[in-house]
Amino acid sequence: MKYIEFKLNGENVQYEGSAKDRLLDILRETYRLTGVKCGCKEGECGACSVIIDGRLANSCMIAMGSIHGSDVMTIEGFSNTERFKVIDKAYGDVSAVQCGFCIPGMVLATECILAVTPHPTEEEIRRGISGNLCRCTGYNSIVKAIGIAAKEGEGLW
Amino acid sequence: MNNIGNSVLKKDHSKKILGVAKYVADVHIDGVLHGKFLRSKVAHAKIKSITLPELPDGYTIVDKDDVLGENKVHIVLEDMPVFAIDTVEYIGDPILMVVGPDEKVTEEIVSKIVVDYEELPSILDMTKSEVTFFDYHHGKGDVDGCFENADKVYDEILNTGYGEQLYLETNGMIADYHDGKITVRGSLQCPFYVHAAVKLATGLEKDKVQVQTDITGGAFGGKEDYPSILACQVAVASMKARKPVRVIFDRREDITSTSKRHPSTARYRAAVKDGKITAMDIDIIYDAGAYSTLSAVVLQRGTICATGVYNIENLRVHGRANKTNTVPKGAFRGFGAPQVFFAMDLFMNHVAKGEGRNSLEFKQEHIVVQGNDTSTNGKFHFHVPLREMIKEVDILCDYKNKKELYDKPQSGRFRRGIGIQLAFHGAGFTGSGERDLIKAVLKVKKYKDGTVEILTSNTDMGQGLQTTFAKIAGKELGIPFEQIIVRNPDTDKVPDSGPTVASRSLMVVGELIRRATARLKDEWKDGEEQIIEERYKHPEFLIPFSLAEFRGDAYPTYSWSVQSVELEIDMLTGQHNVIGAYGSFDVGTPIDMNIVVGQMEGGMLQGIGYSSMEFMDHDSTGRIRNNSLSDYIIPTAMDVPVIVAQMHVNEYPYGPYGAKCAGELPNVGTAAAYIEAVEQILGKKVQHIPFTVEDTLRAISAKED
Repeated sequence: MKYIEFKLNGENVQYEGSAKDRLLDILRETYRLTGVKCGCKEGECGACSVIIDGRLANSCMIAMGSIHGSDVMTIEGFSNTERFKVIDKAYGDVSAVQCGFCIPGMVLATECILAVTPHPTEEEIRRGISGNLCRCTGYNSIVKAIGIAAKEGEGLW
Repeated sequence: MNNIGNSVLKKDHSKKILGVAKYVADVHIDGVLHGKFLRSKVAHAKIKSITLPELPDGYTIVDKDDVLGENKVHIVLEDMPVFAIDTVEYIGDPILMVVGPDEKVTEEIVSKIVVDYEELPSILDMTKSEVTFFDYHHGKGDVDGCFENADKVYDEILNTGYGEQLYLETNGMIADYHDGKITVRGSLQCPFYVHAAVKLATGLEKDKVQVQTDITGGAFGGKEDYPSILACQVAVASMKARKPVRVIFDRREDITSTSKRHPSTARYRAAVKDGKITAMDIDIIYDAGAYSTLSAVVLQRGTICATGVYNIENLRVHGRANKTNTVPKGAFRGFGAPQVFFAMDLFMNHVAKGEGRNSLEFKQEHIVVQGNDTSTNGKFHFHVPLREMIKEVDILCDYKNKKELYDKPQSGRFRRGIGIQLAFHGAGFTGSGERDLIKAVLKVKKYKDGTVEILTSNTDMGQGLQTTFAKIAGKELGIPFEQIIVRNPDTDKVPDSGPTVASRSLMVVGELIRRATARLKDEWKDGEEQIIEERYKHPEFLIPFSLAEFRGDAYPTYSWSVQSVELEIDMLTGQHNVIGAYGSFDVGTPIDMNIVVGQMEGGMLQGIGYSSMEFMDHDSTGRIRNNSLSDYIIPTAMDVPVIVAQMHVNEYPYGPYGAKCAGELPNVGTAAAYIEAVEQILGKKVQHIPFTVEDTLRAISAKED
C-alpha cells in the first residue's frame, strides 16, 4: 500500500508516512492540528483524545496503520458543529475552562457521552470523562457543564 | 462592592475550548532545533569522562563550556549549575544537551553517550543528611518550664511524602538568540524570575534578554523556579547553535527531574496542664533535594505556621531544610504549609484522644482569636472566622453527629469515618518580601480608542487572573469588561509586578490595578493615550517582620478554611471511597464566584490526592520509581463525586474590594481531615501521608493479628 487513507475532520486524506507512526504526532506535526494535546504518551491522561469512528480514543496509543479507512475527528473538526456550540456555552456559563489543557479532550468526551446517552445521570457523566484527567477544576464544573449541555441541547443528541 | 463576584465569561475561555490556544509545544518555528538532555543516572558521583558518539551534521553538544555568562541558575541562591560541572548530585541532574533538527535523532545520540562515573556516597534519608541548607529557630515564652510542670507530655513523629504537581501541560521552553538578543518563551509563572536567571547565565545586558509567557497549562508552583533552569539551558544552547532551540519535556522526564513538594518529618511535642496545651516544642526537617532552590522560603513558611491555627504561647520551633541526593524540591501549592498543618491538626487530635476529649472541642479551645499574637509575635489583626465556619461545615456534612455515629463499633465490610481540619494560609510573600524584594510596579495603559490594557507580569495559569484583573479594572473604570486587555506577560512590554506565587496576585497586584484604574478614571481624557503607574505600598498597620529573629507579622492577613472529609473503607480490599469532601473557605470577597469556587474544588481534590493515592518515593539508589501516570495516581472524575465548597466572606480592607489570598488555601487543610476519618475507621493511629490502599491493608491485617 502506498499510503494510509482516512477521513480527517470530514476530509479525505492520504498519509504517506509509516504505518507505525503515532497518530498524535501526525495530527499535530503533519496536519498541524495542535488542539490535540500531549500530556503523557501512555494513554492515561486523555489530553490527546480524538473520536475515531464515533468512539473516544487516546491518539497517543494509536498507530497510523490502524486508522486506515476510519473517520477521525479532532477538536478542530468538532468545533464547527451545532453540538459544539451548546457545549461551548455550557462550559462557559460555569467557567469550566481553567488552564484549558484538558479541555479539547473533555469536549470530545462530552460529545461521546451525549451521543450514546443524551440524558446522562451524573454517574454516567463522571464515568464518561473518567479517562480525561484534569488537575485544575476538581471536575465539578465540567460535570455540571455536561449536564447543562444535555439539557440545553435537547434534540441535538 | 459585592456584585463584582457575579461570574462572567472568562477572557481565555473561547480560544482554549476551540483548541486554538497555543501552548509552547504548539508553537511552530521553521528550522527550530530540538534539545534532549543527558541526565545523570546515579545519585552522587564525580564525572570522570564523557565519551560522545560521532555526531551527524547539524547536531551539537551544549554543556558547561558553552555558558557565556555564569554557570549558575539564579533562584534564591545560585548553587545549581546550568549544566553539571564535575559532579552530579541527583539522578536526573542535567549534564549536557544534544541539539539538532530531528528529535528522534537527538534521543538516539543521547542514548549512545557514555559517562564514566566515580560514584560517591549519597544521602537519601533527610534525617541522616549532614548538609543543612537552611536552619531556623524561633520561639517565645518559657517552654522548658512548661514541660517541667506538665501533667502529661505528648511526643510523636509525623511524616509527609513527595508531591508531584502534575500540571497537564509539561514544562517546555523555546529560546531564540538573534541580533545579540535572547528571547525565551514558554510555560512559566514568573517571567522576571526567568529574566534574571537568563541574564546571569548568558551574560547579556538587561535589555538584551526577553522572556515571553506562553499560555500555561497548569503550574501549581511547579513552574515557579523550574522554568528558570530550563530557560538558562535552552538560552545557552541557542546562543551556541545560533538557531532557535526547543525543549518540551515528556511526562516521565517532567515527573523525575522537575521540582516536587518537599517530603517532611516533624517531631511534635506538647506539654498539657489542666487539660490545656501550655507549650510546644517542634522540630521539622524538610527534604530539600540536591540543591537549595526555594527551600529557604518553604522552610520559613513551615516553621512560622508549625502550630497551625492554634494559640500556643510557649513555643519552640526548629526547622531545617536538609540536602539529599534526590531531585531538588521546589514549590507546590501550599509551599511548606500543607505539611505542618497536617501534622499540627493530627497531633491535636491525638492529644485530645490522650486527654479523653472530643477532638473538635479540644481544638476549638485552642483556636486563635483576633488580637492574639501569632507564633512570631505578630498579631491576628483581623477577625478569625473559624467558629462560624465550623458551624457551616457541620451543617453541610453533619460532622458532629456522624463523628459520634461512626465512633460506635462497626463490624461490616464497609466502614465509615469522618474528620475535620482547620487551617489558614498566610497571604502573600513571607515577611517584608513584598516591600523589600518584590517592590511591585503595575501599569495601566489607555489607548486612544478607549480600550485599557493592564501591564502586569502576573500570569494566568488557569486560576483566571486575566479575567479577575479585567473585572477589577472594568468595575473601577465603569467600562465594559470587553474593553479591558490583559495579555500573557512579555518582559519587554510590562513592568515587574512580581511573581505569580504565594497567592499574592489578586490581593496585592489586584489592589494596584484598582488604585491605578481609580486614578485613571479621575484623569481620563477621551481620545488620548495615557499611562498610569502604581507602586506597592506596605500596609502601615503591620508589625515589621525580622527574618533574623523571626519576629513580627509574617503575613498581613490570613485566609481561613475548615474542611471535612467523610470516608468509607472496604475492609477486605483496603480501598478508599470518599463519601464527601466539604469545605468552608474565607478568601475575602470573591472577585468571580465561579473562578473562586473552581479554585477551592480543584485544591480540595489535590488535598485528597496528597492524603491518599499520590504516593511517590525514591528507591535505595535515589531513583524516583513512579515516573509515569500509570504509577503516580491523581484523582479522576469518578474518585470524589461529592465536593462541596462554600465561601465564607470576611472582607479584607487592604485587598481589592475586600479580596485576599485564595489559590493555595484549599489544599493546605485537607489531609488531617482525611486521616482523622481513616483513624476512626481503622481504630489505629496513623502518622504519615499519603496513607495508601496498601498502607490500609497492612493496618487492617496488623489489627487482626
